[in-house]
Amino acid sequence: MDWLPIADIAGKVQNGELKAVELVRKSLAAIEENKNHDAIISTMEARALERAGQIDESPTGRLAGVPFITKDNFLTFGGKTTAASNILRPFEAPYQATAIERLEAEGAICVAKANLDAFAHGSSTENSDWFVTKHPADPSRVPGGSSGGSAAAVALRMAPFALGTDTGGSIRLPASFCGVVGYKPTYGLVSRSGVIAMASSTDVIGPLARSVDDAALVLDVMSGKDELDSTTIDRDEKPYSGAQEEIAGKKIGVIREYLAQGLQPGVEKIVRESIDKLKSAGATVEEVSLPSLPLALAVYYIVCPAEVSSNLSRYDGQRYGYSSPDAKDLDDSYELSRQQGFGAEAKRRIMIGTHVLSSGYYDAYYKKAQTVRTKIINEFEEAFAKYDFLVGPVAPMTAFKIGERSGDPLQMYLTDIMTVAANMSGNPAISVPAGEAEGLPVGFQIVGPLRGDRQLLGIARKFEAIRT
Amino acid sequence: MPISEDIRRKYTPTIGIECHVQLKTKTKLFSAAGNDARAAAPNTLISHIDTAMPGALPVLNEKALELAIRAAFALNTRPQRHSYFERKHYFYPDSPAGYQISQLHSPIIVDGSVEITTEGQKKSISINRVQLEADAGKTTHPAGADYSLVDLNRAGTPLLEIVSEPQIHSPAEAKAYTRELYLLMKYADVSDVDLYHGNMRFDINISVSPQADVLGKRTEVKNLNSFRSVENAVTHEIDRQIELLEKGRPPEQETRGWDEAKQKTVPQRLKEEAQDYRYMPEPDIPPIELDDEYIEKIKSKMPKLPSEIREILNKLSISDNVVEGVLDNDSICRSVMAQIDKADEISAKRLVFWLLQSQRKNEDRDLSDYDLNQASIIKLSAMVDAGQLNSNAAQAVFDEMMNSPTGPEEIAIAKNLMQVSDDAEIEKIVTAVLEKNPAAAEDVKNGELKAIGFLVGQVMAASQGQANPQVAQKLIKQQLGL
Repeated sequence: MDWLPIADIAGKVQNGELKAVELVRKSLAAIEENKNHDAIISTMEARALERAGQIDESPTGRLAGVPFITKDNFLTFGGKTTAASNILRPFEAPYQATAIERLEAEGAICVAKANLDAFAHGSSTENSDWFVTKHPADPSRVPGGSSGGSAAAVALRMAPFALGTDTGGSIRLPASFCGVVGYKPTYGLVSRSGVIAMASSTDVIGPLARSVDDAALVLDVMSGKDELDSTTIDRDEKPYSGAQEEIAGKKIGVIREYLAQGLQPGVEKIVRESIDKLKSAGATVEEVSLPSLPLALAVYYIVCPAEVSSNLSRYDGQRYGYSSPDAKDLDDSYELSRQQGFGAEAKRRIMIGTHVLSSGYYDAYYKKAQTVRTKIINEFEEAFAKYDFLVGPVAPMTAFKIGERSGDPLQMYLTDIMTVAANMSGNPAISVPAGEAEGLPVGFQIVGPLRGDRQLLGIARKFEAIRT
Repeated sequence: MPISEDIRRKYTPTIGIECHVQLKTKTKLFSAAGNDARAAAPNTLISHIDTAMPGALPVLNEKALELAIRAAFALNTRPQRHSYFERKHYFYPDSPAGYQISQLHSPIIVDGSVEITTEGQKKSISINRVQLEADAGKTTHPAGADYSLVDLNRAGTPLLEIVSEPQIHSPAEAKAYTRELYLLMKYADVSDVDLYHGNMRFDINISVSPQADVLGKRTEVKNLNSFRSVENAVTHEIDRQIELLEKGRPPEQETRGWDEAKQKTVPQRLKEEAQDYRYMPEPDIPPIELDDEYIEKIKSKMPKLPSEIREILNKLSISDNVVEGVLDNDSICRSVMAQIDKADEISAKRLVFWLLQSQRKNEDRDLSDYDLNQASIIKLSAMVDAGQLNSNAAQAVFDEMMNSPTGPEEIAIAKNLMQVSDDAEIEKIVTAVLEKNPAAAEDVKNGELKAIGFLVGQVMAASQGQANPQVAQKLIKQQLGL
């Protein structure tokens, strides 16, 4: 029971061949059927069916009647928004994220909220305060994270697409693990308004879908300047979906630092095959070195916790969300609400972030990290002066076993090693399914120049066509 | 213990002043919620941003930026082309996000000066920095209650924090500086400067030292909201510190408050914890980049500042204290300046005095409510020139003009205020007065000129105030053959 391409679904809803209500029911049925994977935190059945009924009465919009699932860190009506955290367990959003509003304005229907590592802190969904999402192909394994619920939901065909957030790789990694397309746009291309912040300077919103073109169409609807988010940028004047690029004649740089790492052999094999396919299709492929990339993860784990510690300050048990019933006074209430409401990983990041920002340590950590971040940005810029695209693996491994890495936070952090750099620099990047290693999907990462989303989606579309 | 002048002279006080100025914007610094909380019920002027809802992002109010740029020109400098916001972290219910958005490392203004005059001496006080920041909400602790109340109406109100260099050395200078800052922010149209509602709040750092070039331990007196309380607090704090030093007990570095009723500074019971605010660049707001074209556009629209107004009024030989009186009342000042722009200077000068008189008689009256008709003012002034109205009559006509749309001539006639300058008519009155007062007439003849005033008064009385006194005097002298 697969879904048609998104544009076809919308077309058939528009001409009455398909009913939005039936599509929502189909989505809800698929969610129910795959319940054992724990990809979904909550469904919004009543609101989704109501909206579907309205759309069937007047079926318009580029996404008319298309059901979708969103990571539970997007504020939506029709149910709770929890970020998979205890501290937001009772939270009902008073407004909706701009991305959700834009999708709804074109007729898309949000049916469910997907699981994630609480506050998007993690790479496996094991940090969710609800449950661990099980890999679509092997329930003993993780789906990746932090958008693991979204990736698993698309892989399990619960909806034609899902939304995720990517702060250090949180869309691309689970996309690679689950065998779906995961797109991280240029920083600022999609409004962050109404999305629970993790690290504001690297948070990016993007689609997870079954094809590059589906992802591009969703981006078409969501992207562009938003007066509610001052860091947003103008979208491309031409549509992202259907973007035409030829592989022949393109100069492609293979990031040496990523192939030098200890890649799982099956992953390396597929990445090298993918590179060969690009060559055979007529691209000029060379190895390129970005010498500061090995530092990107260290930089990320300073900048990100610093922003996390600041962004999580508002969850103080006073205005909304969980408030400890045991508190005797204000300080008590702050301490107990946060102590009981945050999980171990959130606390770890708050501690690290508070430390690196404190007086006496700021220059040694945060400031130095920002200096290296600037170097990374410059190295990407230099590389894109020579190459049209950069390519490499998404992660060194395929989906790992539940519990395999969760005991050691550093092992977990290492899963982001090939994705964080694009977050530090803001460049767009995509994970496209490239094959399987020992029965588990492997994604191929293509990175584009800043604001080069259209070209990147165009080339990813071509790669998708030649990958098998 | 009162400090004697001799002892006071041994010490040099050094004062620096931080002033929070509320900007006159319609909405808050980072949200679309209303900014005027004066008459609003608690928590009615709030948005998702002000309550720090998950996912809510601050968006800089462009008008606030424009006002900050105006403030730069008012402070005799230019805004920085590049500046950025930072987060200042602390937990308190009046700060829902857990941080205040402010500027530390790269504020919008980094220099400037304010010229003050004390006892006829001009002096320039340098500005260290001016940062644009969001105000916190208000927390109240009802007596006896086991809860506190939080009102977030004020949370996010745009403020400029203006920090002076420690170049102020007396209570009078402190008062002059705060008043001048007030005038600058008012005339540059940066703030409503409503002191009663806390639109300007002053924090004062004070130290005294027996050596002019070595600073003593300073105390900070927080949250003063009038020039007089600034002056009194500085006076009291200087004496308090001198007294301690005289007793061999140097003052402690601490934060104090001002007790208006007791007229003294008092220690503030603040939690004595070293705060680490963990400043961090605000990632949700891109740095402010100003281009010269934008800066110049705002500069070209700057209203007249106090220094310029002083210069213009001084040229009309209006004395300094009258000029300052005009500056203190901006509606008078705006009317006068409009008059100077459009008419002759003499009528402008007369307008200054008419307005000040009118204001003195009725202090509650808000002159800005009146639409002064330029043509009527020019006409009124012309009537004085023509000798048709004496000064009292002109003031009476002016007062009436403020109440009705009627022209000055109609008012003067209706109120019987027109001066009689017709010689023949006054001649008859003079003859009659001289006949009735032969003794005084004789005195005048004998050179006792004081008596002529009496005779003129009699003529004025007989004419019911309508005679032109100059004409009357001329005719008295004529008739007495002088």
